[in-house]
Amino acid sequence: MFRKIMVPVDLRHTESMQKALSVAADLARHYSASVCYVGVTGSEPSELAHRPEEFAEKLKKFAEGEAKERGHTATSHMVISHDPTTELDDALSRALAETGADLVVMATHLPNVTDYIWASHGGTLAMHSNASVMLVRG
Amino acid sequence: MTEQDTNQGIPVPEGDAGLIETDYTIGQDNVEGQLGPFGFDVHNPVFMVSGLSIVAFVFYALALPEQASAVFGWLRPWLTSTFDWFFLGAANIFVLFCLFLIVSPWGAVRLGGKEATPDYTYIGWFAMLFAAGMGIGLMFFGVLEPVYHMAISEPLGVPSPIAEDGSIIPENVEAAKKMGLAATIYHWGLHPWAIYAIVALALALFTFNKGLPLTIRSAFYPIFGDAVWGWVGHVIDILAVFATLFGLATSLGFGAQQANAGLEHIFGIPNNVSVQVVLITVITAVALISVLRGLDGGVKVLSEINMGIAALLLVFVLLAGPTMTIFGDFLAGLGAYAADIAPLSNPFGREDTGYMQGWTAFYWAWWISWSPFVGMFIARVSRGRTVREFIICVLLIPSLVCVLWMAVFGGVAIDQVLTDPTASAVKTYVIDSYVPELSLFAMLEGLPLASITSFIGIVLVIVFFVTSSDSGSLVIDTITAGGKVDAPLPQRVFWCTFEGAVAIVLLIGGGLGALQAMVISTGLPFTLVLLLMCWAIFKGLTSESR
Repeated sequence: MFRKIMVPVDLRHTESMQKALSVAADLARHYSASVCYVGVTGSEPSELAHRPEEFAEKLKKFAEGEAKERGHTATSHMVISHDPTTELDDALSRALAETGADLVVMATHLPNVTDYIWASHGGTLAMHSNASVMLVRG
Repeated sequence: MTEQDTNQGIPVPEGDAGLIETDYTIGQDNVEGQLGPFGFDVHNPVFMVSGLSIVAFVFYALALPEQASAVFGWLRPWLTSTFDWFFLGAANIFVLFCLFLIVSPWGAVRLGGKEATPDYTYIGWFAMLFAAGMGIGLMFFGVLEPVYHMAISEPLGVPSPIAEDGSIIPENVEAAKKMGLAATIYHWGLHPWAIYAIVALALALFTFNKGLPLTIRSAFYPIFGDAVWGWVGHVIDILAVFATLFGLATSLGFGAQQANAGLEHIFGIPNNVSVQVVLITVITAVALISVLRGLDGGVKVLSEINMGIAALLLVFVLLAGPTMTIFGDFLAGLGAYAADIAPLSNPFGREDTGYMQGWTAFYWAWWISWSPFVGMFIARVSRGRTVREFIICVLLIPSLVCVLWMAVFGGVAIDQVLTDPTASAVKTYVIDSYVPELSLFAMLEGLPLASITSFIGIVLVIVFFVTSSDSGSLVIDTITAGGKVDAPLPQRVFWCTFEGAVAIVLLIGGGLGALQAMVISTGLPFTLVLLLMCWAIFKGLTSESR
């Protein structure tokens, strides 16, 4: 039913994404799909990496770790954004097109008042993409 | 099992670059948390100290307005008259250093690593650096300065062509016209852009090539080593935040007054604090929308739109005014600039102190106090350019555009003053009485379709403020988040709103002038900072592969 599952990850907060990661791996095994872990970064140095290629390397290692631990096929895909804070939605849409994934599994926060001001990234992605989007509450 | 990644559409690979190995991790001093529904991620001392000291200074200006205006009102002219030689000399060093980098072998170093590709096209890049750098100033000073230097300030002792009784002295006209333009171009040409280029290059180099956080302190790593992550660095960053926020807030306050004066002049809208508060609120609201839309969707789009409108206005004035005379003025002004740049930038033994201290030293202090903001913004959008390309584009092209702008707006205004002095509104508002905020509209009045072009002028002023406010919030947020560019969005919203609030409070309570004088005074310590940056750039570039 699904061939490729895209899982957006924030490498700084992987511990709070365990549920989504686990669901993605279960689905991948169930449908024999591969999982593509997507990370978005700016080109400026961040706490994770001095430069994009270092970020890509960390993301790749993370994907390898997930694949080994949970027993599915995994790839990684980095997206560079000029302004990751405000352009995350665009970056994720771009990643979806670039990876060709047909299902997105992503962790999301409990809705609160700020969702009236700026919508959740998962909600926005679901609204604008053809792929199925599964939001996993923390 | 993993596959090799394919990252289409992104700048890879980065290639060789001289990374600095440091144990410091970006964000290690940050405090992360949740305030109600809003997340935050701020640098611990920098955010708190700069925020609280800004509030303290606002209270000081409101509680003791006379003392504040006496202290800062004295401080600014004292600095520009005592340290005029220092400002002029330092600015000359910045220009020479930039020109040296163009021709030096280090010009080939690429920002972001040997194989990095530019993040923005030339048009988008150029529009953004121009909108942040001086868009608003061109609107305000484009008419005022050439006329003022031609008729009143007498740079290098070139006599005014206007006698005390208002009549024209024909033999003085040619030289004064040329000097009016040359003396203005000097303030908007190579020197200010060299100031911005130094800060921007230092930050871009130490961020994109050395892997240090995008904050002002990173440029000082070669000098202070790991001590930049301590209080030395905190002080540098706090000063930068302080100068940027007050610089933006006071300019926003004055800008609202100018826009209001223009609206009154053209449409008869009352000129009072309530209208100005509405203007600031509108500007801040539009800036907030732009902040929420991000760098590419907000400030870049607005900058490009504004660039287009400004270009249309320029072409209109050029065609509606005496076109051939203006072309002549442009060339003559450029020639006079080339001929007089050495005596104009001479820091010692000058007799034209009114011009040198009152204008040049004031401008240099002003540009320098703005340089952390503009420089950091330029750095952020300049990844992927070589040093040579960067300097040529940041130094030479904007200088040429400024020359053209000043020649067109100033040239038409000078022509109006000299052709028919009695009918010239420019003469009324610049020479007879000093109402600088009306000078642009006075010049447009002498051309066809004045109410339309004046309205466009006001729109341009307002949009330039929006882009400044937006890019300023981005810069302040990045510095107060310890160089993180992906800090939670509500922080940027906070700084943008805070800036508008400070402007409104100072507008209502008084204190705009005092605090603007204080900001300009920060130009003195920042001049030292910039001189150190030149050395840091040199150190940084020599360790890069070319």
